[in-house]
Amino acid sequence: MALAANKSTETVRPTFRSTAAPLAIAAASALALAACGGENASAPSTAADTDYQETLMTRLLDAAPGDVIDIPAGRFMFDRSLSLAVDGVTIRGAGMDKTILSFKDQVAGAEGLLVTASDFTIEDLAIEDTKGDALKVNEGENIVIRRVRTEWTGGPKTENGAYGIYPVQTTNVLLEGNVAIGASDAGIYVGQSRNVIVRNNRAEQNVAGIEIENTFDADVYGNVATGNTGGILVFNMPNLSQPGARTRVFDNDISDNNLKNFAVKGTAVASVPAGSGVVINSNDQVEIFENEIRRNKTANVIIASVYSSGLSQDGMSDDFDAYPEAIYVYDNDMGEGGGNPDGLELQALKMLKFGPTGSFPDVLWDGFVDPAKAVDGALPPAQKICVRNGDAKVLNVDAPNQFANPSVASAPFDCELPRLPAVQLPEKLAEL
Amino acid sequence: MRLFVAFLAITLAAACDEARSPDAFSGPPAFHDEGYPERLSDWNVIRAERGALRLNAGVTPYELATPLFSDYALKLRTVYLPAGSAADYRNDEVFEFPVGAIITKTFYYVEGADGTVSDAPAPVLDMPTPDLAGSELASLDLTGVRLMETRVLARRADGWVAIPYVWDERQRDATLKRTGAVMPMTLRRDGAPPVDFPYVAPNQNQCRGCHAPNNTTRALSPIGPKARHLNAPSRYAGGRNQLAAWREAGILSASDAQLAAAPANARWTDENAPVAARARAYLDVNCSHCHNDVGPADTSGLDLTPAAAHGPKLGFCKSPIAAGDGTGGRPFDIVPGDPDRSILLFRMETTNPAAMMPELGRALSHDEGVALVRDWILSLGGGCA
Repeated sequence: MALAANKSTETVRPTFRSTAAPLAIAAASALALAACGGENASAPSTAADTDYQETLMTRLLDAAPGDVIDIPAGRFMFDRSLSLAVDGVTIRGAGMDKTILSFKDQVAGAEGLLVTASDFTIEDLAIEDTKGDALKVNEGENIVIRRVRTEWTGGPKTENGAYGIYPVQTTNVLLEGNVAIGASDAGIYVGQSRNVIVRNNRAEQNVAGIEIENTFDADVYGNVATGNTGGILVFNMPNLSQPGARTRVFDNDISDNNLKNFAVKGTAVASVPAGSGVVINSNDQVEIFENEIRRNKTANVIIASVYSSGLSQDGMSDDFDAYPEAIYVYDNDMGEGGGNPDGLELQALKMLKFGPTGSFPDVLWDGFVDPAKAVDGALPPAQKICVRNGDAKVLNVDAPNQFANPSVASAPFDCELPRLPAVQLPEKLAEL
Repeated sequence: MRLFVAFLAITLAAACDEARSPDAFSGPPAFHDEGYPERLSDWNVIRAERGALRLNAGVTPYELATPLFSDYALKLRTVYLPAGSAADYRNDEVFEFPVGAIITKTFYYVEGADGTVSDAPAPVLDMPTPDLAGSELASLDLTGVRLMETRVLARRADGWVAIPYVWDERQRDATLKRTGAVMPMTLRRDGAPPVDFPYVAPNQNQCRGCHAPNNTTRALSPIGPKARHLNAPSRYAGGRNQLAAWREAGILSASDAQLAAAPANARWTDENAPVAARARAYLDVNCSHCHNDVGPADTSGLDLTPAAAHGPKLGFCKSPIAAGDGTGGRPFDIVPGDPDRSILLFRMETTNPAAMMPELGRALSHDEGVALVRDWILSLGGGCA
């Protein structure tokens, strides 16, 4: 169910104010070409499609700090990636269903738009059908992405690009009001960043709806993550320059994430079972509260170590903290989950433990505990996994012992942790 | 009337030839300290005339022990420094070039009568003397050659600037093409059916994709002129070591001790060199401008510089971070001993823009490069636990 996406195939050729000089040059070179024998003197027949590509590429090349690049309503075709490398630029369309940058014909480039700049805002447009990632921002600060739609219009497919909206190694980031559909990895993916707000977005039909990875201080709220394989993921991966911690996931609607996993094998999200609401993997200090988390058929909340995601122990830097710690799940509206888990092991476990009509409890934990931190087999209070969520129970699947002694409990998880502070973005971002 | 028109056309054509293709270099290379000159000839560094691509006096051709693969294109690299100036030697980094330096790289193919191109052996640059210092008016015979593009790197007061030029169909000059270009091509290789591919000249921002090896400072820089790439005998230096020849020509300032201790990458085709040295040299020049500690691909945690030791940083048993379908369904970047389970090799083999590496600069897979890296991975034992 795409969100009123404009499916018009009409190609619109925008009009542009053009300074006299380029026109004169164009005229002169056309004349010269004609005079000099005239090979290729006639315009290519695809001029209507490619004209705007040249125009936008040139504007991105010539952009100066403070510039606003307005892209009119229309459907514009691109055969190569766009890129921006100038700080302080705003790219603005006429609406996510009106200004559509289509990369259906892309022949080169690993993304639709690559930004390597700070103080960047992009808003009110759509990026469709890129070969790789739709919108990537690689290193920068003060990044605002709002009311942008990234979509693979053929629905969920393994050959779709990996990420829709993809800021990585960024600081002070605001992602709001975006729509991400059909990514073969994560619709909205924030990697290796600091100080991030992800709010009021909609992610559907992705493998991961929203993923926060190796990031410090992220607030994820007011989002709808539905119809994905996994709704909202908070991960730490090894071998990166920074781990991550302190993510708050609250006031989101994380329901019905039961889409068959269509990620390529080998990616981290390929191990996410269909039917996962919230998944925390190896991350620390994560708060999950006041969300609606319902009808996710494996479990509404999964808390796991990297050891449950198929990574090689040879391939991990020694200092990597593989264990999820200081996780606090409270006051969510959870239910109707865990009735049909994905994967043979989990199915067998469910049958064995809860019978054909039973369900996993709301929270599923793989059971890995850092032996270096454990005291009498349990984590000290500050590192504990705490669940205070009505009558929600925790299933410890006992993965360290090959699922030998799975157990359901609530008392050992009845604890609380200090609340994390809200993420504060610089006021400057409001103006961007 | 008809006669007049014909006459006018002839006159115009003659005027074009004269304007576009002056018979000789007028003076030394012309450094432009601002803007983007419209034509390659505005730099007065190299010029196509009388059936040859000619180098101006003082312009030095050079080659890398192991070069970047670019869809089997052949390359002519030149460096020009203002009279009396020299680049400062650096052991591991790109040499420090003085303001006024101009580096060019021209991409070309051997072209058949039917317009297809091949990877046939390149015509060799005709050097008037074996001595670099006397390399004035070296020239490349353009018979059967199709010039594609020339990229200019110029060292201005505030840093390097990269400027792309695409050769005109008539092969007289190359024209500024800041937004890049896609040129449909057909490549013929021995024993294989011809293959169509889009030759992509980068847009000016994409130059940064490779030439800004530090993604924090984002300073543009050449990649090739490093000691380890140049430290080899060169046909352009009469078979002598290129670093020594550069110093002799006065364009490199380096001490004897520096040159004696200079690192050297293997020639990737040198079958007498160890496969590891050849493969690491190949990965260095094709990958490490992004895959280094501070490069655009530091987000992946994969480091392919020569200094990276065997282990997760070099990809051994390392899970991918954000590879998407770039994994090819394989588990780890490199599975020692198992190339067909190694993501790195898949990303070299694929031509899917979403998955292939490098991300820019090729539409074809480099069979020989893939074979080399495959041999290297095979030679590593161990697997992944």
